[in-house]
Parts: sequence; structure tokens; C-alpha cells
Amino acid sequence: MAKYLLLKHYRGAPAAVNDVPMDRWTPEEVSAHIQYMNDFAAKLEGTGEFVDGQALAPEGVWVRYDGEGRPPVTDGPFAETKDLIAGWMVIDVDSYERAVELAGQLSAAPGAGGEPIHEWLEVRPFLTEPPTITE
Amino acid sequence: MDEALLRSLIPGVLAVLVRRGADFAAAEDAVQDALVEAIRAWPGDPPRDPKGWLVTVAWRRFLDATRSEATRRRREDLVDAEPEPGSAPAVDDTLQLYFLCAHPSLTPSSAVALTLRAVGGLTTRQIAQAYLVPEATMAQRISRAKRTVAGVRFDQPGDVATVLRVLYLVFNEGYSGDVDLAAEAIRLTRRLAAAIDHPEVAGLLALMLLHHARRAARTAPDGSLVPLAEQDRGRWDTAAIAEGIAILQAALARDQLGEFQAQAAVAALHADAPTAEETDWVQIVEWYDELVRLTASPVVRLNRAVAVGEADGARAGLAALAELDDSLPRYTAVAAYLHERDGDPATAARLYAEAARKASNAAERDHLTRQAARLNARRGP
Repeated sequence: MAKYLLLKHYRGAPAAVNDVPMDRWTPEEVSAHIQYMNDFAAKLEGTGEFVDGQALAPEGVWVRYDGEGRPPVTDGPFAETKDLIAGWMVIDVDSYERAVELAGQLSAAPGAGGEPIHEWLEVRPFLTEPPTITE
Repeated sequence: MDEALLRSLIPGVLAVLVRRGADFAAAEDAVQDALVEAIRAWPGDPPRDPKGWLVTVAWRRFLDATRSEATRRRREDLVDAEPEPGSAPAVDDTLQLYFLCAHPSLTPSSAVALTLRAVGGLTTRQIAQAYLVPEATMAQRISRAKRTVAGVRFDQPGDVATVLRVLYLVFNEGYSGDVDLAAEAIRLTRRLAAAIDHPEVAGLLALMLLHHARRAARTAPDGSLVPLAEQDRGRWDTAAIAEGIAILQAALARDQLGEFQAQAAVAALHADAPTAEETDWVQIVEWYDELVRLTASPVVRLNRAVAVGEADGARAGLAALAELDDSLPRYTAVAAYLHERDGDPATAARLYAEAARKASNAAERDHLTRQAARLNARRGP
């Protein structure tokens, strides 16, 4: 009954235990990884906890208003350090503990050598509507 | 075709089937089949007894669906085990559905979904939209809940407190789309109150009516929160307030005080005050004392500290607050408010900003941020 965003980062998070870039995996390892993610989403749909999930391309740019008719687009000044979101999943669960438990399971997705990646995932609660009773 | 009438018949029909020994999930499927049949047949040939018609058709569908020898034997055993009709007091069958849907083996979100489906007669799509999840996810949540209670028999009364908690959860959900969950919770609690004579059911119904009555005044047109003291009392629903107070008074007269009655009493004192200044804070503190005795909940003690601040001054409120754990939700917001009233805007502004960072919903975060900004602007850079 509370929604959480599970965020996968390309960069910015502490290094994963099994920290091998995806392009060094075998094709079978890549398939196994994708299958794990799909199975995980299907399992959560089955338990009534799945809301949404998408993978994102690493190409992101920074945009800001810079005066009338001139929206500047830049890859800097954060080109070396900027965080990139690799993908997300939104879940709807009964407790914070359940959200953390599921994030832990998602972090066990297999990577190089078929071993779990042990990557860091960020768990962020959604802001909600105010409850009807507040006083 | 009167869809609201049809919807109101669903729980009763479902309850009859389950009472006759039908497995809950199979009964639900059979009732859905009967509804489809009703939508087809009724416009040309309206039945004299719609509920009886639905029971007959649904029961036939259920029998068709479970025609194999093994399941028939099991069903016959179940029918045999069913007590003979006779001197048993006439109870509303749907009461049993409330207990089944709030069964302790279900998680809160499953219990809520199943209650809206089986007792409320809402479609899966409506429930999914109300909770902002995909329809497929909600369908699975409901079917898992149905499997969980599949083996539960209707031979012992459930726990009223659990049912009330589920209805309270539905009411407290702020979303409103095709289905207004607060109004739906009131509708279901009203029916429960008609079926069962229990002061806490009345207490919860009164509480919901009193809070719902203030709903139009609780938010500004732009969606921002309007605190109780600043609400336009002319926009409160006086009919709902009168009904809530009447229900509460009848319940309190029975002298079996419970948590919901005490909460409703606080809400009634707010609803009864012609202006914020005329609020009877002394009596509200007394009701919070009762609530602390009944629940020992830290959230209640936090609310009590606010009331003490109004009744006896900000210093007394801060003293009451000091006894509580500062990690409580809204603790910082309450502290900010009391420090401002105590004449310390610098501390109040800092605490409002901190409370905004901890807020769990957008309207509250924006409100607290505005409070911090207001105090900072007044003090200058």
C-alpha cells in the first residue's frame, strides 16, 4: 500500500561486488540477466506488487532555461561525474521492510560468470496524497 | 439497467452461495457469470425478485462448473455440514463477507482489495485505478487473496476490530478517481452498521462522516492544504456533521468506549466550534487522555501535545512533546508549530524546513515549506 522506486544506477553508486561491465559478459550471461529481470517483474505482478518498470539508455543530457528561445543542452559540466539512471522499477508493497527485501532480490540478478552482481540499488518512497484523517 | 442496484446485490448473492458451501473463488466466478446474464436478460424481461433471480442463476452456474464426481461429493458433504435453517437469528449474510475479507491471514492491501471487490462489488479495474496500479497487478492481488481464504468456513464469527481496521484503511486512502474511496468506505461502514449492533462500528461511521464533512474545505483550489484553523467553515457539510454527531452520541450513551468513538468525539468537538477560536480544547485534551489510555499509541500522544499547546499554552505543549520520541512522523512539524507560538520564529523556521524534508506526501511537504519560507521572509535575510 505504499509505492517505492527501485533505482538502478550506471554510475554514482558504490561499486558492485561482481563489477564487470555488461559488454564483457557472454551473450548467454546477458540473456540470463534479462530473463531474471523479466521473471522478477512477472513474479511481482503475480503477488500484486508490480506497478511499472523500464530500462533506460545511458545517453542523457542536461537541459536548462537560458532565456527566451535559447534552451541550451549540455553534457557538462558533469560529464565525468554525473549519475546516470540505468532503469527503474516501481513496486506497491505493504511495508518498507518488504521494499528493501525486494530490492535485495533484484540486486541478486546474475551477471558475469552467472554470479549475482550484488549491485547497489536505491530505494525511494513515493510522496503520496495526504491521508483523509490528519488531525 | 440500474448498475448501482445490481452492484448492491452482489455481496448478498455471493454470501448466499458461500453459505451454501461454495468455495469462495468459485462462487465469485459464478456471480460474475450471473451478472453478465442479468445485463443480457433483464432489459427485455425484468425479474420480480432481482436478488432471488441472481442467486438461482449463480447457483446453477456454480453447479455446472463443479460437476465432476469428486467435487460433487465434497460439496454434498459441505451441504450436510450446514446447520438446518430454523431458529437462528436472521442476520445479513453480507456480514460474513466482511469477516472473510478481513481475515487475519490476509495482508492489509489484500484485505482492502478483497473487501472492495466482494463487499463493495467494485470491478477490478475500478479498484486498480483507485490504487494507481495496473489492472493485471490488482487482478493477481485479488485472486491470491481469494486463494488464501478459499478454505475458510463461515462457522465462526470474525473479529470486528479487524473489519473496522480494513474499512479505516480504505477511508484513509486519499486517492479519488472513478471511485471515491472515502465515500466508498462510508457506504460499506454504513451497511456494516445496519447489519451489526456494535458501538465501535457506530464510532467509526461517525468518525468518517465528521471528517468527510470537512473535505471540501481541506484543500484550496490549487490543491494546497488548508489547516483546520483557516478552513472556511461555511463549506463544511452540516448535514453530515449532524448525522455524525447523532450517531456518536447514541454510541457513547452505551458506555462502551473504544478508540473510534474517542477519535470521533475529538472530530465532533472541532466540527461543533463555530470558529477556530471557540474550539473546546480543554475537552479535546480530555478525549486524548482517554485515547492514550485506550491505545497507548505514540501518534495519539503527539496529537495530544498539540491539543495541550492550545489548551494550556505553547510551553505546556512543548513539555508534553518533550516526553515523546523525536523520530515520530510529524514530530518535527508539531515542534515547529509550538516554537512559533512560543515566540521563537528562528527555531520554528529551521524545524519547518526539516519537517518538509521528512514529509511523506507532496501537499504536506509544500505546506511546511511555505511555513518555513513565511517565517524566513518575515525575519529578513
